[in-house]
Amino acid sequence: MSKVSLEINGKKISKEIPDHTTLSIFLRDILNLTGTHVGCDTSQCGACVVHVDGKSIKSCTALAADLDGSKITTIEGLTTNGKMHPMQEAFKKLHGLQCGFCTPGMVMSAIDLLKNKKNPSDTEIRDWLEGNICRCTGYQNIVAAVKEAASKM
Amino acid sequence: MASLVGSRVERKEDKKLLTGRGKYTADVNFIHQTYAYFVRSPHARAEIKKVDISKASKAPGVVAVLTGADIANDKIGGLIAGWRIKSEDGSDMKVPAHPPLANESVNYVGDHVAVVIAESLDEARSAADLVKVDYKILKAVVKTKDAMDSDQIYKDIPKNMCFDWLLGDRAKVKEAFDKADKIIKIDIINNRLIPNAMEPRAANADYNPSTEEITLYTTSQNPHLARIIISAFNGVAPENKLRVIAPDVGGGFGSKIYPYAEEVVCSWAAKKIERPVKWVADRTESFLSDCHGRDHVTHAELAVKNDGTFLGFKNETIANIGAYASVFGTVTPTYLFGPCATGVYKMPAAYTNVKAVYTNTAPVDAYRGAGRPEATYTIETLVEKAARELGMDPAEIRMKNFPTEFPFQQTLVHSVDSGDYNAGLKKAMEMGEYESFEKRKKESESRGKLRGIGFCTYFEACGIAPSPVVMMLGCGIGLWESAEVRFNPTGNVTVFTGSHSHGQGHDTTFAQIAADQLGIPIENIEIAHGDTDKGPFGYGTYGSRSLTVGGTAIVKACDKIVAKGKRVAAKMLEVNEDEVDFNNGEFVVAKSNKKKTIGEVAFACYLPGTYGEVKSPLPDGEEPGLKETSFFDPANFSFPAGSHICEVEVDQDTGETKVVKYTAVDDFGTIINPLIVEGQVHGGLAQGIGQALYENCHYDDSGQLVTASYMDYTMPRADNFTDFNLGFTCTPATSNPLGTKGCGEAGAIAAPPAVMNAVIDAIGKEISMPATAEKVWAACNKKNKNSEAA
Amino acid sequence: MKTFNYHSVKDVKEASKLSSSKSAFLAGGMTTIPSMKLGLANYKDIINIKGIKKLSGIKVSGKTVTIGSTTRHAEVANSKEIKKAIPSLSALAEGIGDPQVRNRGTIGGSIANNDPAADYPSACIALNAVIHTNNRKIDAEKFFRGMFETSLKSGEIIESIEFAIPQKSSYQKYPNPASRYAIVGVYVAKHKSGVNVAVTGAKSCVYNDKNLSDILSKNFSADAINNTKISASGMNSDIHASADYRANMVKVFAKKAVEAC
Repeated sequence: MSKVSLEINGKKISKEIPDHTTLSIFLRDILNLTGTHVGCDTSQCGACVVHVDGKSIKSCTALAADLDGSKITTIEGLTTNGKMHPMQEAFKKLHGLQCGFCTPGMVMSAIDLLKNKKNPSDTEIRDWLEGNICRCTGYQNIVAAVKEAASKM
Repeated sequence: MASLVGSRVERKEDKKLLTGRGKYTADVNFIHQTYAYFVRSPHARAEIKKVDISKASKAPGVVAVLTGADIANDKIGGLIAGWRIKSEDGSDMKVPAHPPLANESVNYVGDHVAVVIAESLDEARSAADLVKVDYKILKAVVKTKDAMDSDQIYKDIPKNMCFDWLLGDRAKVKEAFDKADKIIKIDIINNRLIPNAMEPRAANADYNPSTEEITLYTTSQNPHLARIIISAFNGVAPENKLRVIAPDVGGGFGSKIYPYAEEVVCSWAAKKIERPVKWVADRTESFLSDCHGRDHVTHAELAVKNDGTFLGFKNETIANIGAYASVFGTVTPTYLFGPCATGVYKMPAAYTNVKAVYTNTAPVDAYRGAGRPEATYTIETLVEKAARELGMDPAEIRMKNFPTEFPFQQTLVHSVDSGDYNAGLKKAMEMGEYESFEKRKKESESRGKLRGIGFCTYFEACGIAPSPVVMMLGCGIGLWESAEVRFNPTGNVTVFTGSHSHGQGHDTTFAQIAADQLGIPIENIEIAHGDTDKGPFGYGTYGSRSLTVGGTAIVKACDKIVAKGKRVAAKMLEVNEDEVDFNNGEFVVAKSNKKKTIGEVAFACYLPGTYGEVKSPLPDGEEPGLKETSFFDPANFSFPAGSHICEVEVDQDTGETKVVKYTAVDDFGTIINPLIVEGQVHGGLAQGIGQALYENCHYDDSGQLVTASYMDYTMPRADNFTDFNLGFTCTPATSNPLGTKGCGEAGAIAAPPAVMNAVIDAIGKEISMPATAEKVWAACNKKNKNSEAA
Repeated sequence: MKTFNYHSVKDVKEASKLSSSKSAFLAGGMTTIPSMKLGLANYKDIINIKGIKKLSGIKVSGKTVTIGSTTRHAEVANSKEIKKAIPSLSALAEGIGDPQVRNRGTIGGSIANNDPAADYPSACIALNAVIHTNNRKIDAEKFFRGMFETSLKSGEIIESIEFAIPQKSSYQKYPNPASRYAIVGVYVAKHKSGVNVAVTGAKSCVYNDKNLSDILSKNFSADAINNTKISASGMNSDIHASADYRANMVKVFAKKAVEAC
């Protein structure tokens, strides 16, 4: 067991957890933050992407203990006073989601892209989203949503 | 109030899904919950000699270890094939037993042998390693083409053949072929696919010993069907003691239409141990045990005249249905395939013969398009080849054979109510800039790349109906749909539908329909689905049926609401019923302009009286309340159609093939929400292009699944595509009052032949799907060698 | 994933002391953690070495670029100094996995794992790298021994990798369409002393194609290798690419790399 202290969506949390607890399990099973999804559990599909100290990572492949002291933002932490983040708004406006399962990871990944690049081209968006698999949308409206968000942020 | 039908309404369901507030089955937990882990067969084919659970039962945290013997002792029924197909000789199809936990034999890698239930998932998984199964390994039957000549898997099923089915008239076809100037022949493979909904399948079953009720949360496209199967066939609990909830579901694409062994076992086990049992598939389990799609080997021929007129068509197909006959596994390669195989063409004579074979692979069932992609790939490959061999333009040969009058009696089964195939193809050619293709080809060549163009004109049969006909053809269920429209006393509305949304956006589309019908704001309407305790029985969502069948049921239920509302409003307004009109949510008396809103009428229906007076707004004999139900069984299928044109660019050095331009013009009849419909087309196209260029399920000769992870199964990613160019034409369906036809499967149906025809055009060689880089490179390389030799 | 004891260490000595035949060092964890989840590997102890300060960072001198072993791919990709000194190396890092992998995965982890289709081993070979461990310096040519096999001894920790700055260089790869690892990746580097053509993905272990290196050392142009035959012998063959195809791709991508130099 390890004691882990994290700041999650602005809230400080300390827990005693088994050493092999991944961040995705910590979020979903221990904190009930089930917005972070697990689609493959081996860091390929990207449904579990969250931000650690401002950078996107796949939470299924990070040990919670390894992230001791980090600041973590999950999909639940993007809304402020009930208002969605511009990326979430853009996904809604342009139908960038269907079943919604890959969506949290997709949104978190896309926000990280805009941190790295303010006005990405279609190709840059498509390349960046290499680690996020969506089976529903054919990606076209996701790309459009990311561009829309870039114009609003 | 402006009509909402036809407008790009943003989805009502999105906010919860975008903010992490969705509720998927894996997100559901119960107090005192246990965790199930399945022991699966590592062998493709083996006899089970012994299952030793003694060590596993004693492992830390283990609550129970259950095996096929327990299933047999408790008389839990097997998984079912939902559609009975008869062979050409009149005999019934042959179906092996499919117990939820194997008892005597295992028949594919991933087949369920035992379940370990423990206090934690880690403990269940560790204990599963301790279940010792003594197998006698047998030679596996893997290849579709060879299955009939391989070892016999099941004692009573010779040649591993489930059925040998014929649709059409062989003699007439022979006559037609005798008259032909030319016969075009193809041998093609429709590659096996793995559906890969991003949400892995899951189940969480809770049992209440005092009420004897099971509540099963499951990843289902069709919770009512799950309930009736688990009750009536598996015998786990009576229907009134089984509540099935399919909450938010992360994609289905056919793979979640019916219950699997896991849901049956979790429900049964929860009752046995009197504790909730939760199971969530890991991705490897999904690859191994979700039903796969397609897997046909086809020889087809088209008889033509020199002027391009089609005379006849024959189609000899072997369909691999995997180790067991799954629920829709037998209808997919027959009634969903054969009737569509002559495509959008006048075809004087045709037949389709399908031999369905068992192999030691995962069961094969419906996957987006189900039968229609296989049919379309067959005919569209043939037609394009005919154009090449006759030296005709691919558009010209198609137009020559299009029907121009509707209803069009299609050769084998369907009476197609409406369509305008010429208009669609012309529009696609304009939008796709067909005229300037040669210019683009030259430009590609200047960069050392080959460029090809491919067409596909398709139709599909959606919204399978009517129920008496499909039941006569062997279907074990009806295929109508239900809706209940329930006004709440304060004037807002809940609409219950028997269909299920797992990405399709019913919460929005159905609310648009109800808002228009009832004349109330869309914000005041909630759509409820996915819970057998809420709303009437229904048949779920698949086969592009929900809007045409389920949406119409909503219209019909709304009609009943308005009819009752008129009677009540007439009484309230003190006029005769026939003096009341209903417009935009108001019951109006034309001559006096007196009116009552539908909200006022609903309120009056629920509070039928006035304080201090004995006076009711309800006509004599009218029941209080305002709630109506409709069960809609359409008179015919609906027939979406379209024309897709694809351009690919091929790098001869690497064989890498990219779709560089894709134009899709579809006729879905009336479009309720273009935003959602476009999304459906995009998604279908990605799966169709995925089948053509990337995806392939590969079993090795021993029956091990080689493509059992995202390391080996190529899922299309964002960087595999450019934007698709979409257009629409509209001929409304006549079989439902909305005029809708269905849109969910079109892309997956049309794209594979459009892409492959483009690839063949680019490289001048016929190759099979998927056109992977190596395959294309090898084909190009061969061609070069040949031309060098020449 | 089976449980283990997690240790976070502050210096190399402590890490080395804790290590055993049943332990693994954790840097990025991009391979280690999925392997444990899939039951392909089990460890009693996981020793996190990311807390060891001296293992992280980038140093560029006149002739070499030295990268600490726990430096993440994203840091290499975004380093202005590396972009200036060896642009092909930052480009290689930019092409590893996906953004999330690049935010976690480390150069040391990649090299120690020596996946036959990984990108970094080809950079080590092409750029005459010296691998600095807590005990010794190892030339890249001697470091990569076979499939998932290196000359690292039990308890030995990579501290940094020192790359020679070439005159020109380029890394070109054809990714596996599913996994996005290299089906074939070719790293061409022209040094004063000669040309290296390091190939990854094609065989069971990264290698320097001596024949191509010799030809290009004499005549550094894509045309020079036009007529060279690449033998398919010893090349990997799987559902994604046959040995023949890989042999073709080595040549195609060697030419692309030369052209891109």
